[in-house]
Amino acid sequence: MNRFEYVRPRSVAEAVAAGAVPGSAYLAAGTNLLDLMKIGVARPGRLVDLNHLPGLDGIEHQADGAVRIGAQVRNADLAHDPGFRRRFPAVAEALLSGASAQLRNAATVGGNLLQRTRCAWFQDTASACNRRDPGSGCDARGGENRLHAVLGWSEHCIATHPSDFCVPLAALDAVVEVEGPTGRREIALRDFHLLPGTTPERESVLAPGELVVALRLPAEAAGFAAHARYAKLRERTSYAFAVVSAAAALRIVDGRIVAARLALGGVAAKPWRAEEAEAALAGAAPEAAAFRRAAEAALAAARPSGDNAFKIELARRIAVRALTLAAAGTPERLPALPASPFAPLSGGRHV
Amino acid sequence: MSETRQMRHGSSIGQPVTRRDGLLKVTGQARFAADNHPAGLLHAVLAVSRIARGRVAALDLPAARAHPGVVEVMVTANRLALALHPDDKSVPFSFKLDLLQDDRVRYAGQPIAVVIAATLEAATEAAALLAPRYEAGPVEVTLDAPGGYVPESVGVGDPGEMRHGDVEAGLRAAARRIEATYETPLQFHNAMEPHGVVAAWEGDALSLDMPTQGLALTRMRLAALLGIRAEDIHIRSPFIGGGFGSKLLSGPQVLGILAARLVGRPVKLVLTRAQMYGPVTHRSPTRQTLRLGAARDGALTAIHHHVRTATSRHDDFLEPSAGVSHTLYAAPAIATTNEAVRLDTGTPGFMRAPGEASGSIALESAIDEMAHACGMDPLEFRLRNYAEVEPVSGKPFSSKALRECYAEGAARFGWAGRPLAPRQMRDEDGLLVGWGVGTATFPAIMFQAEARAVLRRDGTGLVESGTHDMGQGAWTAFAQIGADSLGLDLDRLEFRAGHSDLPNAGIAGGSGHTATAGGAIHAAGAQAIARLTEIAVADPRSPLFGAGNVGVVARGGRLLRRDDESRGEAYADILARAGLDSVEGRGSAAADPAAAERYAMHAHGAVFAEVKVDPELGQIRATRLVGAFAAGRIINPRLVRSQYYGGMIWGLSFALHERAAMDPRTGRVMNADLAEYHVPVNADVPSVEAILVEEQDPHVNALGIKGVGEIGITGTAGAIANAIWHATGTRIRRFPVAIEELGR
Ligand SMILES: Cc1cc2nc3c(=O)[nH]c(=O)nc-3n(C[C@H](O)[C@H](O)[C@H](O)COP(=O)(O)OP(=O)(O)OC[C@H]3O[C@@H](n4cnc5c(N)ncnc54)[C@H](O)[C@@H]3O)c2cc1C
Ligand code: SF4
Repeated sequence: MNRFEYVRPRSVAEAVAAGAVPGSAYLAAGTNLLDLMKIGVARPGRLVDLNHLPGLDGIEHQADGAVRIGAQVRNADLAHDPGFRRRFPAVAEALLSGASAQLRNAATVGGNLLQRTRCAWFQDTASACNRRDPGSGCDARGGENRLHAVLGWSEHCIATHPSDFCVPLAALDAVVEVEGPTGRREIALRDFHLLPGTTPERESVLAPGELVVALRLPAEAAGFAAHARYAKLRERTSYAFAVVSAAAALRIVDGRIVAARLALGGVAAKPWRAEEAEAALAGAAPEAAAFRRAAEAALAAARPSGDNAFKIELARRIAVRALTLAAAGTPERLPALPASPFAPLSGGRHV
Repeated sequence: MSETRQMRHGSSIGQPVTRRDGLLKVTGQARFAADNHPAGLLHAVLAVSRIARGRVAALDLPAARAHPGVVEVMVTANRLALALHPDDKSVPFSFKLDLLQDDRVRYAGQPIAVVIAATLEAATEAAALLAPRYEAGPVEVTLDAPGGYVPESVGVGDPGEMRHGDVEAGLRAAARRIEATYETPLQFHNAMEPHGVVAAWEGDALSLDMPTQGLALTRMRLAALLGIRAEDIHIRSPFIGGGFGSKLLSGPQVLGILAARLVGRPVKLVLTRAQMYGPVTHRSPTRQTLRLGAARDGALTAIHHHVRTATSRHDDFLEPSAGVSHTLYAAPAIATTNEAVRLDTGTPGFMRAPGEASGSIALESAIDEMAHACGMDPLEFRLRNYAEVEPVSGKPFSSKALRECYAEGAARFGWAGRPLAPRQMRDEDGLLVGWGVGTATFPAIMFQAEARAVLRRDGTGLVESGTHDMGQGAWTAFAQIGADSLGLDLDRLEFRAGHSDLPNAGIAGGSGHTATAGGAIHAAGAQAIARLTEIAVADPRSPLFGAGNVGVVARGGRLLRRDDESRGEAYADILARAGLDSVEGRGSAAADPAAAERYAMHAHGAVFAEVKVDPELGQIRATRLVGAFAAGRIINPRLVRSQYYGGMIWGLSFALHERAAMDPRTGRVMNADLAEYHVPVNADVPSVEAILVEEQDPHVNALGIKGVGEIGITGTAGAIANAIWHATGTRIRRFPVAIEELGR
């Protein structure tokens, strides 16, 4: 790990001032950043520690029905907040399907949004990687890339965004509140992460020094609480990133879907909102045929970036699964294996 | 429960004693090698090669040396001369080492320099600053590499080819034939504790804290390499955080020792997790083709087990996967053949059940395929082909309670009523359910060991043997044997282990440690008791006077007349009257060649697995595992059950998870961390049961012990593969099972 300066700001303003200095990085729980520093992928000259900043760790249920979550709120604390969980069950389920209990206890909302791709060549400094080292090439192409992107990728980069949390956030129109050297602004989560295009090194729309201070879920998002689920396909029962995942949220009135939300994870460099699918579902009966049509629409533009054609069909199936589960209704309590195909549908048994 | 059957009154052996080191471990007080910080300690960090073949053309030594805190950088030029070439393998079970002998790179992850600094952080960063430049050559790292050769031997001296009967004739005569090829992956050692050493030199004497599965062998090789006397090397290895075959002497540990010599200060060197993927051996990939023939009634007519595997370009170890076919199923014709290819990787080596694990998943899958071809229940098929004598040698088994394992395991699992056809069972949530069985087997191996036992005047005992506790519970099991051998209660015995100054206990490997070192301890205790008995029976003042002919028994710290247990005397009294502080016995144990000549000696077991598979998504979960094992005498059922659990979970890992993704273009492992190199987590093993099936073996060794450390993997991996087929109707022949194989 390189030598770096360590700064512990006392206010958001101080943090932003420190973070604006080139070569700085914000340190939240460090579960991603410190790992990357240890393997030489991140070599910041200065760490700006967010852990002692006042005012970034609250969960505020606002009068208009929105919820505002401080950037430093821990993933586990958010998932277990009773009000949050009741109103945004798919988000809680996605959070609890990620990483391990130890990691969730540490990892923050801001860090989860800004975690880097798990692409193995990105993590290996001896390999060519346009995202890490612009213009060097992409060794994932021609490597074992079975888990890489099938949507929105470019010749320059085929990596995926690994977050589970961001998938329902994209579906539910979450908003990211940002503070930077030039002031405050708000960014829709769907527009927050960038597709690689010709500049894969640009992963989000954040300008240098901009700090995520909070995340907001609008009141409207809670309107899906009765039919909202997250489904995640993994290579082991727990503690694995998604092969593919989906967040589905429905409003069902008189046996018809009046509003639908669908987003996919593990398929692209950003959480993938599937608006074509949502349009296909509007007005339909919540049934298998409609779900399959929606899944087809969601993946219509998909194409393999390597040995991963299978992911396209699996993404369709996970979308169908999430929609099916959502249509069946949000369970009284979250299953002990959140988002897992092995969570009992009947709900009775625990593990 | 079988536990009670194994117990004897007044005996420690057979009792489910909890680990004597348990409290130390759960409270963090057990001191592992890297927990030692002698005064003046410096930290050493390896720089390792990122290419797999070629040479190191340049290292930026000035940059590394200039980094604050750096004391020295050890490279080929300043590495101290060795008395023995690192390629010399004259010490048993050793591999060629990479000790900076030249600028050649033979695999990715090979050490190319060692940075020694005041802090771990400084050494780590300076190692990165070396920024090596390479001249790289083309690499071959997969079994698809061109060419290959037919090896004379595989494993440790097993024949490369074995033929019994006429396989081709057997196949021709068969009513049913199957031929199938199975692939097992490249796997790396991932013990919780990475390899490391804390080395301190005092003149020519060397003091080491270092995990090793073979104290004496490690000391012997170090003495030869360093050109010093073995007696001047003192290795402390009280606790080992998992070894599984990888913790004999490794190159990086020697480099730590050389670094300490170079700077004249104590040095600690510990591998990072990523550095485990190179210099400390691994399990090679295999491609195994099985050809089986069976008569109409299901009797096997022929087994041909062919293995293609790999070793490094510079050294030899071939995963002996076909060995399981020599012993498991009766067939009039059995052939095993091997081919190998040399790759630009580190040298493979012993990884828990080397050969048996990889061979078992292939053989058990093939047997299942044949059972299906014959329209038979897979358990019935295995019983139909039960080997009453070892098929290839024709020798009787020293003992074999496999039939009981099948029966007890099947009953506990609820095997009866299993539908013959696949894809017949669903759970209440619509998940596909399948049941599979696999046979477990592992040879009963012995090495050589010595022990010393002492009875002391205060009525306590001491047993010394340089045994190795790798987490399996050796501290406890050997103390139990020691206490019984001296006729003492367990709490009256002091047991010393884990140090190279103690009597040579051989190695903790091949599942033979308990049998071997246990045998030595047993013999040492018996000799101490015999000496004490001589004193007592010759002393007219003793109630045992003259009991020499009828004999005595030792129990609870007393010698008792065998014909009248009311007449006896405490050890302390005998010693006091004789004016002695103690009596001592020495013992040793080794394989008995005569027994090996007469008998085939193996542990056996039967593993039953239930898996559930999501019919659309293809995600798999092994929801239930039941293993029943017969392995001779059980010293401690609690520890043994733990070994079986660990083995079975490893078997699950083999079938479903573990695989190193080596980039064929570079030879680098792309998932060299525990986030991406998957092993099972708790949620993957919701229910594991191990049944200890009673088995008495009068031939295998004095204590009748067969060994339990590795057998659990075998059988399990195949049982899971077979259960997946039964759940889905899809036969997967490449392991671990990838999600896309079922989610199509
Ligand atoms: C073994 C393992 C398994 C995992 N499995 C999963 C999984 O299954 N699903 C999943 O979703 N995630 C998974 N994760 C990822 C985990 O969720 C992230 O590591 C975590 O959320 C990052 O949060 P952090 O607070 O530690 O961020 P850090 O590591 O501190 O920061 C991450 C990045 O975000 C930046 N940053 C942090 N906060 C802010 C802010 N407020 N404003 C601007 N920039 C900021 C940092 O500069 C850094 O670049 C796993 C991680 C590990 C190590
Ligand atoms: S896919 Fe993207 S992150 Fe991975 S190596 Fe290519 S450019 Fe880098």
